[in-house]
Amino acid sequence: MNVATMRTVAKRYGDHVVLDGLDLGIERSEVFALLGPNGSGKTTTVEILEGYRRADAGSVKVLGHDPAMRAEALRARIGVVLQHTTAFEHVTVGELVELFAALYPAPLSAGDVIRSVGLESKVDEVAATLSGGQRRRLDVACGIVGRPDLLFLDEPTTGLDPVARRELWMLIAGLREQGTTIVLTTHYLEEAEALADRIGVLLGGRLAAVGTPGELVRHGRACARVSFMPPAGVPEFDAWDRHGRSVWVDTDRPTELVASLAATHGELAGLVVRRPSLEDVYLEMVARWGQADEVSA
Amino acid sequence: MSATRDLQAAEPASRWTPSIGRLAWRRFSLELRTFRRVHEEVVFTFALPILLLVLFASIFGGEIDDTGVDVSQYFVAGMIVSAGLTVGFQSLSAQLALERHDGSLKRLALTPMPAAAYMLGKVGMVAAIVAIQTVVMFTVGVAAFGVRLPSPSGLLLLTVVATLNLVIWTLLGLAFSRLIRTPRAGAAVTLPPALVLQFISGVYLVLDEIPAGLRTIASIFPLRWAALGARQALLPDSFASAEPGGSWQTPTMLAVLMAWACVSALLAAISFRWQAEA
Repeated sequence: MNVATMRTVAKRYGDHVVLDGLDLGIERSEVFALLGPNGSGKTTTVEILEGYRRADAGSVKVLGHDPAMRAEALRARIGVVLQHTTAFEHVTVGELVELFAALYPAPLSAGDVIRSVGLESKVDEVAATLSGGQRRRLDVACGIVGRPDLLFLDEPTTGLDPVARRELWMLIAGLREQGTTIVLTTHYLEEAEALADRIGVLLGGRLAAVGTPGELVRHGRACARVSFMPPAGVPEFDAWDRHGRSVWVDTDRPTELVASLAATHGELAGLVVRRPSLEDVYLEMVARWGQADEVSA
Repeated sequence: MSATRDLQAAEPASRWTPSIGRLAWRRFSLELRTFRRVHEEVVFTFALPILLLVLFASIFGGEIDDTGVDVSQYFVAGMIVSAGLTVGFQSLSAQLALERHDGSLKRLALTPMPAAAYMLGKVGMVAAIVAIQTVVMFTVGVAAFGVRLPSPSGLLLLTVVATLNLVIWTLLGLAFSRLIRTPRAGAAVTLPPALVLQFISGVYLVLDEIPAGLRTIASIFPLRWAALGARQALLPDSFASAEPGGSWQTPTMLAVLMAWACVSALLAAISFRWQAEA
């Protein structure tokens, strides 16, 4: 059963078309990651689902409501972590989480939530004194204290150091274990791979691809990527794709390729044979879309 | 998380609505606690009116045109209504522009917080600050400048007038904040109308000395009437003869203030937006 559905949703700001017939379905108790380059409309999509923005066309249903109607009963069931950390600079951690708890009909205990995000030692500190990672965890605490059925996380780990990011991942994974449906936008492919049940790639105002991380990788054409440092003075490799000092090629027959290279050139420096990662598939998808966009423009 | 999650139990009744009164109270107490933490703001908010009182009493000290009324008494009445304008209109609309800019308004918009609870919290904060300012002003005025406290009936009238005045300016501030595009523009946009209005409404200058044309313009706005009401509460009845028209015009004064309260509530309701403009 879908918790949220978008059908042929369109949105433009002036002349700039952001969403162009977007179809999207979020299933119950999944973590759905929305990927896409900057400006691809991830935040706009989330803002329409949250009821903060109105779609120009198409239909939107979230937990049985049209979010544009801004029903309190719907807002009581969604939790939000915005892309930018919100100020509330002179409010303490305890006061803020308690205020948010008071806004919802069946909240969790503020104390429990503060402990679960690891801020119990900061309960009487004002938000301005917290580090970036702590501020973000405070945002998450405010997002989950109302016990949401659907949680929106808009680039929750952007700007965090690797340790703070891992901590937040564990927190998100814990929420998923408890059955919260989560819509996550991110630039980080490893984040989507680590957290998401399904991933949607937003390109040109539509979902260019959607599926589990495994499905998206299999969706890529080649089964392996072979890369190595080309021997000096061999013009044969001049036309290959390059990455730094190495050249690479995607192939469905990696063993055959490596054998023939070995037969011709002997030992190859820096030889790597690996399955394409989600990142490879994603970057290729964005690149192909960019080319198609130039052709159509 | 120690609390386990039960999806069935978590589904609230579809008719659930948040309690405006309870949330307004929470917002109000949080606003006050937050205000108290910004020490510069606290000091300047309470020091400025005192500074002005000392300045005006020292420069224009003495009786106003043989009326038996001291300038400082007249000035205290004006400052009480001015406080509603500066705190409710100027500070609040600048604060709101900042909340819009730093994302806190957007964050609250995505919760079930009713706009009315948010607005009432703001009105409460303004009322508390104005009340404290008034007490401080009376304390300094009585101690240093021979200001007389109002009679019981005068105090009642003052409370009614000052409350209507600050509610009007707070709601107008909420509405006006829509016109402030960036937080940096806040003070620049609100200062000119506030300053002009204070001068033509008889807050600092005796109304009789203001040209009739300007006085007519001032009469459209609530500040002139609130100042008149505050003077009726604080000045001897004999001073009425020094007012334009030679009387306190109590019914007109109250009627204009109540009409403005309705208009400003309507303007705030229409122009205050939680959600995005587009």
